[in-house]
Amino acid sequence: MTATSTRPAARARPFNWLPVKIWALYIVGLIPAVWYFYLGATGNLGADPVVTFEHNLGFWAIRFLLATLAVTPIFILGGPNLIAYRRALGLLGFWYVLFHFTVYLTLDRALDFSAIIPDIVKRPYITIGMLGFIMLIPLALTSNRFSIRRLGPRWNKLHKLSYLVIIAGVVHFVMSTKVLIVEQTIYIVLTALLLGFRVFKKPIMNWRKERMKAKRLAKA
Amino acid sequence: TPIRIGNKVDDAKGETVTPKESATTYNNFYEFGTDKSDPAKNAGKFKPLPWAIKVDGMVAKPQTFGYEDLLATMPIEERIYRFRCVEAWSMVIPWDGFQLSELLKKVEPLGSAKYVAFETVVRPEEMPGQKGYFQPLPWPYVDGLRLDEAMQPLTLMAVGMYGEALPNQSGAPIRLIVPWKYGFKSIKSIVRITLTDKEPPCSWNKAAANEYGFYSNVNPKRDHPRWSQATERRIGGKSGFFSGGGERRDTLMFNGYEEVASLYSGMDLIKTYY
Repeated sequence: MTATSTRPAARARPFNWLPVKIWALYIVGLIPAVWYFYLGATGNLGADPVVTFEHNLGFWAIRFLLATLAVTPIFILGGPNLIAYRRALGLLGFWYVLFHFTVYLTLDRALDFSAIIPDIVKRPYITIGMLGFIMLIPLALTSNRFSIRRLGPRWNKLHKLSYLVIIAGVVHFVMSTKVLIVEQTIYIVLTALLLGFRVFKKPIMNWRKERMKAKRLAKA
Repeated sequence: TPIRIGNKVDDAKGETVTPKESATTYNNFYEFGTDKSDPAKNAGKFKPLPWAIKVDGMVAKPQTFGYEDLLATMPIEERIYRFRCVEAWSMVIPWDGFQLSELLKKVEPLGSAKYVAFETVVRPEEMPGQKGYFQPLPWPYVDGLRLDEAMQPLTLMAVGMYGEALPNQSGAPIRLIVPWKYGFKSIKSIVRITLTDKEPPCSWNKAAANEYGFYSNVNPKRDHPRWSQATERRIGGKSGFFSGGGERRDTLMFNGYEEVASLYSGMDLIKTYY
């Protein structure tokens, strides 16, 4: 009767919602791309649909990459632990960069490589954007358990590239526009805060430890 | 309000006219905001009438012209022109207006006058882009032409488009149209025109001299430092990705208005006079 004796234990284990929530994040995260594609394909994305689509994909790429980099600071500063969602956020960022680049190649440039190659080589903002995309590829390829186990501590080192990726992304965006406006300023400030946090992470963590210790002592 | 039009001239050689809805909802007019959809959204408070343009400087008869007078006395034509933005998009627009040369003749430019300076109105209360912390350019917006460019028959003072008075977001009630130059040279909502002997300042040239030159003639061979000018996206109205929305075409020298080439004979339009 071993089968019946194990069953109650299995039933007692609570259902794990986490994988469901992660898949939901992937689906919700892709809604902007699908929505803008639908608007653009049906002629509802304004007078210049290709560029509007291209730019919106770029904005969402930067937003997801910033969200990825916000996971650790949010936790250390006393917020919720969102580490389980970090891979999904990062991969969404990668997909949006990929969509953005694909739209540039196809809808915008119609695969005219005699225009695309000089663009990438000669225009600093496109070169920088391209470098950001290239640096993102190994990060996307190693975003799985196998790579984490296989690479060990080197995985952490490799994924520090994400700092350069976000810098490249924001610089690419800011350089592509004619004047500095609110939107770019917000992205610059957020990037500076998130990367600045990495610089001051140790003192911040020490300060937290000290505070916790002080609390414990006060209680005792 | 409809505009009374005399002659009709198609200077875009039969190219498809951009739908009015696109031409009046996709605009660069930083006085109303920096996004291309901002002017149509934010220009509602602007009161274009009454309006007057002061024409002064090196002229024998400086005068102030009322908008109504200009409308009643100037020979207004429909001119269909290609319009090429420095950002590499383009439209085809039927403007209603009169030649700037007709206006300048009335004030009798002096022999010493070599340039014409233009100035846009400053009304922060009616133009939200002129208020607040993030002001992309110093106001007023200014631009200028050489006198012979201003006298060129293609150079138009537009009071309407698509047969109707200019909407606020398109530079009401009166603006310049120089079809062989990038769009930012075609200054909007003009309150003052001054004839001078010195090259007048241009807002975009002052903001980034290496990117926007005084001449800014449409030139497929002279790249903007950040993008190629060899091709342009023709704004095609409410069409989707797969029905011509944002279709690319080759950019033409002087936007196809080769008759202006003689104005620049012997000038290096790539390195010096871009």
